[in-house]
Amino acid sequence: MQLSRDALLRAYRRMKVIREFEERLHVEIMTGEIAGFTHLYCGQEAVAVGVCEHLDAADKIISTHRGHGHCLAKGCDVTAMMKEIWGSREGLGKGKGGSMHIADIEVGMLGANGIVGAGAPIAVGAALSAKIDGPGPDGLRVSIAFSGDGACNQGTTFEAMNFAVVTQAPCIFVFENNHYSEHTGVDYAVGTAGDIASRAEAFGMKAWRADGTDFFAVHDTMREVLAHVRAGNGPAAVEFDTERFFGHFEGDPQRYRGPGELDRIRAERDCLKKFRASVTAAGLLGDADLDAVDSESLDAIEAAVTAARAAARPTAEDVLTDVYISY
Amino acid sequence: MAQMMYRDAVLSTIAEEMARDPSVVVLGEDVVGGMGTAGGPEAIGGIWSTSTGLFGQFGANRVIDTPISESAIIGAASGLALSGKRPVAELMFADFIGVCLDQIWNQMGKFRYMFGGKSKCPAVIRMAYGAGYNAAAQHSQSVHQILTGMPGLKVVMPSTPADVKGLLRTAIRDDDPVIFLEHKALYGMSGEVPDDPDFMIPFGHARLTRAGQDVTIVSSGLLLGFCEAVADKLAAEGIGCDVIDLRTTSPLDEEAILDSVEVTGRLVVVDEAPPRCGLAADLCALVSNKAFASLKAPPEAVTPPHTPIPFARELESAYLPSVDKIEAGVRKVLGWR
Repeated sequence: MQLSRDALLRAYRRMKVIREFEERLHVEIMTGEIAGFTHLYCGQEAVAVGVCEHLDAADKIISTHRGHGHCLAKGCDVTAMMKEIWGSREGLGKGKGGSMHIADIEVGMLGANGIVGAGAPIAVGAALSAKIDGPGPDGLRVSIAFSGDGACNQGTTFEAMNFAVVTQAPCIFVFENNHYSEHTGVDYAVGTAGDIASRAEAFGMKAWRADGTDFFAVHDTMREVLAHVRAGNGPAAVEFDTERFFGHFEGDPQRYRGPGELDRIRAERDCLKKFRASVTAAGLLGDADLDAVDSESLDAIEAAVTAARAAARPTAEDVLTDVYISY
Repeated sequence: MAQMMYRDAVLSTIAEEMARDPSVVVLGEDVVGGMGTAGGPEAIGGIWSTSTGLFGQFGANRVIDTPISESAIIGAASGLALSGKRPVAELMFADFIGVCLDQIWNQMGKFRYMFGGKSKCPAVIRMAYGAGYNAAAQHSQSVHQILTGMPGLKVVMPSTPADVKGLLRTAIRDDDPVIFLEHKALYGMSGEVPDDPDFMIPFGHARLTRAGQDVTIVSSGLLLGFCEAVADKLAAEGIGCDVIDLRTTSPLDEEAILDSVEVTGRLVVVDEAPPRCGLAADLCALVSNKAFASLKAPPEAVTPPHTPIPFARELESAYLPSVDKIEAGVRKVLGWR
């Protein structure tokens, strides 16, 4: 299905904002200004955006420790996220969560998560909620568990997949295979010869596979997956083959990479370059259109960083609030 | 007032809240019982008889029988709660927190704080706990000391059918995650229960079940009854005991304990969990720090020893606090110097 010019520009803008958000953090983290552990999503933008462009706020997602891309794709505010990563009390989590715990329930983003594999059971719960509510005019609302090739080895993920099949919950397990779980290769750590989707199939759900560096492959695949799940056919899974441009965490020396690997994946597997080549070759958008989005995105990130630097810091009293609703 | 067993207070409260609020849902292993068998749904109806009939009354969407997958159960409870439902999840045995602790501790208990106070997770996790059935080391434990140590959770330990009714209703209507601990040996206990469909007992308010001037005994759950028996025996000798039922260990009614000790000057904490880093040690420290000047004797803890729970009848009896051991503890603080 051909996307409109507006839809193409919107998707490109979302991917580009994620890219520039992460590239800027990569630079800023080196200065020591940002505290804690940060895991960057660069290289995987087409997955988050190709999935979330099909969703609205009533659909839920659960993310991972590498969650900035999912948050931005689902509609979390760029500046509020940047403020959170800076630890400001004006951040999405008032500076209490940081990079790994960004959530915005209002937009259906039920949380990034610092524990690998913890998200899938939570996503099944949100899917059960959607099942209880029943279908609307467009079918059932869905819940999506973003997981990596590391999380696919956690028992929680297996439990969640079986539970979703047993209860026919409208849950979609999106596995982003970026070939590395932390610092270990997928060929070593995933026993099914690196094939994750077959695991979902073994649990009794339909699974798809697509190139996660090709926005259009992701977007088209998700249209099919969502039609299947929204129609009440139970859960489904998708494995997207993608690339991680940075290390597991910022500061990772990446000695596990092969010679020239990072240059090669940046040259050949960059979802933004592929998007640009595809839409300009087809005459859907011009370079000038895309250059304008690039420029706007950089401006948005610059503004967010400026705002984060100037934002109010939390106080010692803030430690004690928000543990409970009623004490 | 109606006469009702502890287990029936659990079941009737869940049923009443499900009827009142369509967002209340139940999930757990065998909460329907018999799914996928020749006997069919409700062939069992839950091993504690605390979900009997709910499936027939409210249907499969709201009474969700789960595989044996505790992480998935607790995680799903969180997901339901974050998306507008009020799940009441059953963990068949409290000991099973070992296989799903991440979902309780790192997830459900921390969402609100990590997300800057912008989420709510109104989930109740019910679990059967406690020794007395020779169920050995993995089906007998009291886990409240572990869960009470986790910020973000509320921990409830009812000791009577009326308290089950009032505290479980509060738990289901509360917007925070609540751990609701049901003692296995109390399920058959009968007692008077108020009929008011909105009868609720607020968290953090202990109950004074015996009043006296000489010693303060603090407990909860099954052992509360043992403490009352000791208090009644000593009353015949002219020794007066305050017996305080904590009801909830988080939040903790510090004031009730401190106010009592300021009068009696003596504290005995009776707890079914192991002694190290536990509730008894915590309360002894609380009183030592905040009521030091009132103390006439060192605070005493009556707990099991620091061992796993043994199987054989003789061994389990030797392990558990008993009326005799509690009485000895009380006499020890009374006789100090």
